[in-house]
Amino acid sequence: MTSVPVTIAAPAGRRMWARSVGRGLRFGLLLACAAFFLLPIWVMLITGLKSFDEVSLARMWELPSRINLDNFAAAFERLAPNLLNSVLLAVPAAAISALIGSMNGYILSKFKFPGSDLVFTLFLVGMFIPYQSVLIPLVIFVQTIGLSGSLAGLILVHVIYGIPITTLIFRNYYATVPTEIVESARVDGAGFFAIYRYLILPLSIPGFAVVLIWQFTQVWNEFLFALVLTRPQTWPVTVALNNMAGTQIVEWNVQMAGALLAALPTLVVYIFLGRYFLRGLMAGALKG
Amino acid sequence: MQVRVAFRGRWVAVGMLAPSMLAVAIFVYGFIGWTARVSLSEWRGLLPDYTWAGLANFVDLFADRRFHIDLVNTLVFTSFFVVGAVTVGLLLAILLDRQFRGDSVFRSLFLFPLAISLVVTGVAWRWLMNPSTGERLSGLNLLLGTFGIDPLAWHTTDQPWGIAWVALPAVWQMAGFTMALFLAGLRAIPEELKEAARVDGASELQVYRGVILPLLRPVLLSALIILGHLSLKVFDLIVAMSGKDIRLDVPSIYMWTTTFDANNYARGAAIAIVVLVMVAVLVVPYLAWSLRREAEL
Amino acid sequence: MWRRLVVGVATSALVLSACQQAAAGEVEVFSWWTAGGEADGLAAMVEVFNEEYPDLTFVNSAVAGGAGTDARAQLATRLQQDDPPSSWQGHAGQELIGTYVAASQIEPLNFLYEEEGWLDVMPETLIPLISDGDSIYSVPVNIHRANVMWYIPSRLEEWGVEAPTTWDEFLAIAATLQAADVTPLAIGFQWTHMHLLETVLLGSLGADAYSALWDGSGDWGSADVTAALETYQQVLEFTNSDASTLEWDQAAQLVVDGNAAFTIMGDWAEGFFKAQGLEPETDFGWASAPGTDGLFQFLSDSFVLPVDAKNREGALAWLRVAGSQAGQDAFNPIKGSIPARSDGDRSLYDAYLTSAMDDWASDTVVGSLTHGVVANDAWKAEIDTALGLFLADGDVGAFQEALVAACAEAGPCS
Repeated sequence: MTSVPVTIAAPAGRRMWARSVGRGLRFGLLLACAAFFLLPIWVMLITGLKSFDEVSLARMWELPSRINLDNFAAAFERLAPNLLNSVLLAVPAAAISALIGSMNGYILSKFKFPGSDLVFTLFLVGMFIPYQSVLIPLVIFVQTIGLSGSLAGLILVHVIYGIPITTLIFRNYYATVPTEIVESARVDGAGFFAIYRYLILPLSIPGFAVVLIWQFTQVWNEFLFALVLTRPQTWPVTVALNNMAGTQIVEWNVQMAGALLAALPTLVVYIFLGRYFLRGLMAGALKG
Repeated sequence: MQVRVAFRGRWVAVGMLAPSMLAVAIFVYGFIGWTARVSLSEWRGLLPDYTWAGLANFVDLFADRRFHIDLVNTLVFTSFFVVGAVTVGLLLAILLDRQFRGDSVFRSLFLFPLAISLVVTGVAWRWLMNPSTGERLSGLNLLLGTFGIDPLAWHTTDQPWGIAWVALPAVWQMAGFTMALFLAGLRAIPEELKEAARVDGASELQVYRGVILPLLRPVLLSALIILGHLSLKVFDLIVAMSGKDIRLDVPSIYMWTTTFDANNYARGAAIAIVVLVMVAVLVVPYLAWSLRREAEL
Repeated sequence: MWRRLVVGVATSALVLSACQQAAAGEVEVFSWWTAGGEADGLAAMVEVFNEEYPDLTFVNSAVAGGAGTDARAQLATRLQQDDPPSSWQGHAGQELIGTYVAASQIEPLNFLYEEEGWLDVMPETLIPLISDGDSIYSVPVNIHRANVMWYIPSRLEEWGVEAPTTWDEFLAIAATLQAADVTPLAIGFQWTHMHLLETVLLGSLGADAYSALWDGSGDWGSADVTAALETYQQVLEFTNSDASTLEWDQAAQLVVDGNAAFTIMGDWAEGFFKAQGLEPETDFGWASAPGTDGLFQFLSDSFVLPVDAKNREGALAWLRVAGSQAGQDAFNPIKGSIPARSDGDRSLYDAYLTSAMDDWASDTVVGSLTHGVVANDAWKAEIDTALGLFLADGDVGAFQEALVAACAEAGPCS
């Protein structure tokens, strides 16, 4: 008889307990994954802080005898002008190709004109073309239009080769957006551009986040096109970083410091864009 | 669901798509055409030589032991890489699909590997996956040893499984991006749908299986295509880890060495075409099926 | 009369300015010397260049990457665009000749050799190896030796062994070393296996038979080659099991750390040992690779003159410096190699390098495979594939067959 009040209270208490266990489990899993992800970065970091004579396979896990920022300073000195080139390259290239991809994705997901599936398939199969096999004709083409050696030429190339993947991501992202929204707007009399600007674009924030993350990273880290389409004054950071390695004996401490340094701007982009991941659909869009 | 489009809107749409179609036509298919032409030629030196060679290069390739290794390695690597990256990416996305203190730190952390040059991270992984035993135990084997686990051979395992281990750093690099793809996709699923299912009495697991995962199918397609195309292009990682060891050879490495180190442009082009054809044979039917299913939704 | 004076002055002014223009302008040079001793050595040579040709500006278009693979890809695209630089670095020998001469991209330099008197100061045995027929095609700046075996003398004493002079001796002491838990021979990536292969071939076959393999008169399918390949296979059994994960300097590190007894590597390894704080002769020692005493298996970094070179006069100026005593003595001590010329200033070079200079002057010179002297790129790539397959399956017969096929496909064998 005295147990009755307890039985009524138990289910709510158990749900609370289950929830915090679930939370704890999730956090634990995340920490384990974080450890796995951090491991190589940790190795790179401590190597970057070592002097050359401390760098060896046998001493991989040893902490540096003293924190030595020389490598980072030396790397920064060598890479600074090229970092600027990379920024001038990656920001416009990523932005333009994201916009193009968004427009293409909108078209291919909401307008089923004859051949739209074929075009989409052709875009995707084209993604698989290896860059090395197009190197020669590409270089000749860029030279013919007079953009050889300039960042503008490289931006153009990245925008063009980014079309398939940005289109893919946006098209499949918009496919998850319910068609009723577009349909009701069209019924209301909105035209092609109006729908894009006032309806699709605001919903695209997470899509843009993903595409910008991808394109910025790809353009920033790309080496081959950068190597053959630019000259030493316009080299992005990837070519300069590769040169830091040298050909005979590689000083991995300086090289890893340089690689981490070169990755920082991209990380900043991730942190900035990461905020937009949790933006969902506009609540108002679903009404009516 | 078929969307009926007003006549004018349709032409504007095609018009806006036209520049991209033109660019892809020239820069992708035009150059593929050039590559195909070179693959049918005898170009074996620095100077272009378009003498017709018929299918000779392809015949040679199919008898080429190194190319056989390449194809097997690609199959193994792609399987492990795609499955690994999708699984880990989806898991991370589900874990991070709600706001809590520190969620942005985790997200940025998981994305960070994508930002770092693969040449350098490849070297870090090479050190980590060092297979020596006994006194020269190092890298991850050393860590595993503290848990009493025997040292692994990692990527020096005999063909064809060595390359499966190379998928590990590849997954490490790409899982963050796959996570980002799925996160964006999860965000696009209206909360109302999930709530409706919960109200109907579905458990969280059932909500996932019945509502969320099906709606993620287009995103999964993106992920598969992106990861698939990356796995065919992987070059820097493998070279950094193996120094062009033939046991870990893949078509992209063979293509590079045969074109730029051996000046055999014809064979390099033939490799590119073979890979492209194989991809088309696999991807096109899958795409056709996937697009048709979408239309049925 | 005034008119003639004016015309005379104007003409001479024009001629003078034309001469100055020819000696002015930019000289763009490709290389893969971007870091470390290589970059410093290049900088020193550039200083000499700037002093002698103050009107010329040196543009350093160096690109790093595995034996220049990236630099060569970039060069290939430049040549496709008909936009060659003023000069580029390449390994003297068939790597340059088989690729660039075959495509008529570089000019013969006999006239320059005569002008500068280089035929008197470069070894006779070197010239045929960097020529195609009678035409000399590059200016060698340095010489490296490939067939060198490195070790730590104090450790050898500890283990009670001596540096072997033949491969049989090596195989004999290998067991002793393994018993002491020491890897007899440290080795790394696949290219270091090719490096070992060429020294084993040289050591087993001798200079004449070795050289015959490369000019088409030798037989890759002969029993001697089979024996050499079998020796190679036996030697490989005494190498470290994690070889495919180590760079050459990490393999040399095994020797330094006492985990391995010997490593066979070109004499750029000396720079590595010195960077570890070791002194030549006292802390680390060297010997010819087993079976190759009296033989100098060389490789050389050299520069060429492109057809339609940008600023041809400037390019020739650079080549003159590259082949000059001042240029070579500025570059080599820092880079860690010996000058191609025989009149280098010995006081600038350390103990190992001076001994190498003596060997260079007296030994029989043969060319390296791995570093582009004896085989052109296509042939070397075929050999590399054959070697890789051999390392994977250990089949000597198949390996030898593949080598025969490689020579027929891409080499001078019929």
